[in-house]
Amino acid sequence: MTTKLASLAMALALATALPAHADLVVPDLSYRTGPFAAGGIPYSDGFQDYFTLLNERDGGIGGVMVQTPECETAYNTEKGVECYESTKGSGALVYNPLSTGITYQLIPKVSQDGIPLYTPGYGRTSAANGKVFEWVFNYPANYWDGASVAVKYLLDQNGGSLEGKKIALLYHNSAYGKEPIRTLQELSKKHGFALTEIPIDSPGQEQKSQWLQVRRERPDYVLFWGWGVMNQVAVQEAVNIRFPMENFIGIWWSGSENDVTPAGAGATGYKALTFNGVGTDYPIYNDIQKYVVDAGKASGAGDQIGSVIYSRGMYAAVVISEAIRKAQELAGHADVTAAEVRDGFEALEITDARMAELGLEGFGQSFAASCEDHGGPGGAMLQQWDASAGKWTLLTDFITPDDEVLNALVMEDSAAYAKEAGLTERCN
Amino acid sequence: MLYREAGDFKTSYRDDAQTFPIRFDRRGYYALLAVAAAVVPFVINDYWANAVFVPFLIYAIAALGLNILTGYCGQVSLGTGGFMAVGAYAMYKLMTAFPEVSVLIHVLLAGGITAAVGVLFGLPSLRIKGFYLAVATLAAQFFLVWLFNKVPWFYNYSASGQITAPERTVLGWYVTGPQTTAATKYLICLGFVFLLAWIARNLTRGTAGRRWMAIRDMDIAAEIIGVNPLTTKLSAFAVSSFFIGVAGALFFSVYLGAAEVGEAFGINKSFLVLFMVIIGGLGSIFGSFAGAAFLVLLPVFLKNVLGGVLGWPTDLAAHIELMIVGALIVGFLIAEPHGLAQLWRLAKEKLRLWPFPH
Repeated sequence: MTTKLASLAMALALATALPAHADLVVPDLSYRTGPFAAGGIPYSDGFQDYFTLLNERDGGIGGVMVQTPECETAYNTEKGVECYESTKGSGALVYNPLSTGITYQLIPKVSQDGIPLYTPGYGRTSAANGKVFEWVFNYPANYWDGASVAVKYLLDQNGGSLEGKKIALLYHNSAYGKEPIRTLQELSKKHGFALTEIPIDSPGQEQKSQWLQVRRERPDYVLFWGWGVMNQVAVQEAVNIRFPMENFIGIWWSGSENDVTPAGAGATGYKALTFNGVGTDYPIYNDIQKYVVDAGKASGAGDQIGSVIYSRGMYAAVVISEAIRKAQELAGHADVTAAEVRDGFEALEITDARMAELGLEGFGQSFAASCEDHGGPGGAMLQQWDASAGKWTLLTDFITPDDEVLNALVMEDSAAYAKEAGLTERCN
Repeated sequence: MLYREAGDFKTSYRDDAQTFPIRFDRRGYYALLAVAAAVVPFVINDYWANAVFVPFLIYAIAALGLNILTGYCGQVSLGTGGFMAVGAYAMYKLMTAFPEVSVLIHVLLAGGITAAVGVLFGLPSLRIKGFYLAVATLAAQFFLVWLFNKVPWFYNYSASGQITAPERTVLGWYVTGPQTTAATKYLICLGFVFLLAWIARNLTRGTAGRRWMAIRDMDIAAEIIGVNPLTTKLSAFAVSSFFIGVAGALFFSVYLGAAEVGEAFGINKSFLVLFMVIIGGLGSIFGSFAGAAFLVLLPVFLKNVLGGVLGWPTDLAAHIELMIVGALIVGFLIAEPHGLAQLWRLAKEKLRLWPFPH
């Protein structure tokens, strides 16, 4: 009986929870709780704040307001599925779950339901092949790009040769952390360095044995694929064993202020990749301050503005809004559907001039998508932490990845998916 | 008044021993079955299937399985997540190796493989019991998760270690993969739940169940009256693991569609199913369903009420939800330590006398 009552009330709850249809709906599958909240909160704040800015300053996109209904996933795939199902009926135009696990779950579902999935810098790398993945987009960069850029940077540091060097990959033992392994194996064959893979089980609050292994094997460099609470622990452990921080390089999800601050001054010199600019020296932050923060409409506690992950969430929102704008242009009307937004994503071209117009000059790389290319150029920069100044500084400009190695891997992996799912290639 | 035995005469032992001896109960059960099989499939949508019914049914199977082991046979297990993973990976290997065989057979085979693994990890139960056995099964949990992460053969050497269920049909209807409709997902799970609950009910009130309960209540006394602890304990592990394996296979192939072992079948899953069994009621079939319903539906319900109706921020709603669920678990267990099944039993006793309790 209680179940029946409960379900009745739930039906009621659902009926009232659906947003009005006239708006553009971009669901925000966020996580503000659990061991990964340290990354989830700033990302979601940046994502929400940019759409709030568009609504407040420009009256939405093309005159239509944007809604970003939030749904808490706690980085958990079951809750992610629930969130997807509960929001997809509301006219959702695009999903951005910020979780590689949930992305794998959603790829078949969105392809069936006809809703684009945008996974910048995470998710399934081989989705870069638009011939197989019609509904998934992961430009401007993906994990394999990240791995390749890190190795290229190290090559550069070592005068063009990594022969005889030892590189350890310390990774979150999940789909996310395992993504770069194949690329790094290929690259180790090509460049002759020895690769050690050291997994850390989620959530990664305990890493003593892994760092003991690092101490024993004395790798020249440690590459790090971590997320959430494990980032802080890893940086702290590296400081504890006195690992030279400048030889410790994290992926873009392991390089935020939250990750290095707890380790104090010892974290100085820690490096991380990034595919977007850092800091608040971009004109857009004035608008965010004026239209969002001062108006009291900032998402969350409003204390994350300008942080690395916040900027990345905002960058995702920028690309999504540009894709919606493109879709409106192609469709000739402002009230676009999910299928039209997909076309917008595929025809999207972001130039340096357009980034400057948006108040984000030099923030991200320019790219143009096409039917085949859903992956973008894949460039990334290196940033380094300075604890005394309390900020990240960019060390390099965008470094392009080794496409020769990566393209073959993308083709191989996407072909395996196409075979498994019984898909035929598009764009021919 | 409504709920009474007066006038309900039994003229054979068979009638007397049936599962629902009271007519009102029996009719209620048939009505529930009719609604579940003939009405729900026509009104169900993707949200209700994926957020409510399918997880509820699958967790009910897992809870039934654990209840056989812990509730009926008294062997505490913390390896449920690991055994579900065995079911899921067996299912994946079978689906990809023998695509021409029906998935229904694969689900049962996955259950069978899990039963074999369960017996293997049940062997220590012959020497140790109670907390010590719990620790041994905990080792099974960690070992199995580690194994499926470590050996690439289990996930067919995919780059990310994820397993993804290929599309399969039963009688021309998709049951796995993205094209599956809400109704088929629901019906396939309902079919397995009905079948397995029926088996569990009849096993537990027959010889096998009596042996299990004898071992649970006092193993030395049971041994003296002729119950063989070896076969009894191992059969409980086998049957329990079979159920949990089926639950794991359905969880991966029908419900999630893609899974990675650490996240989907971690230690949290073991605790979740154990809590379902404890809150629902140890040694009760109804309790397995009640516990699964409580822990699957309540969070979804609270999420919709707090986030949807009251419009609270999602992080606040998620935290309050955890607190409410936790408080309710404690509250229920203080009010009735034997779980929801005992509450239901007491309610029935009162209803029999109502409205003239004296």
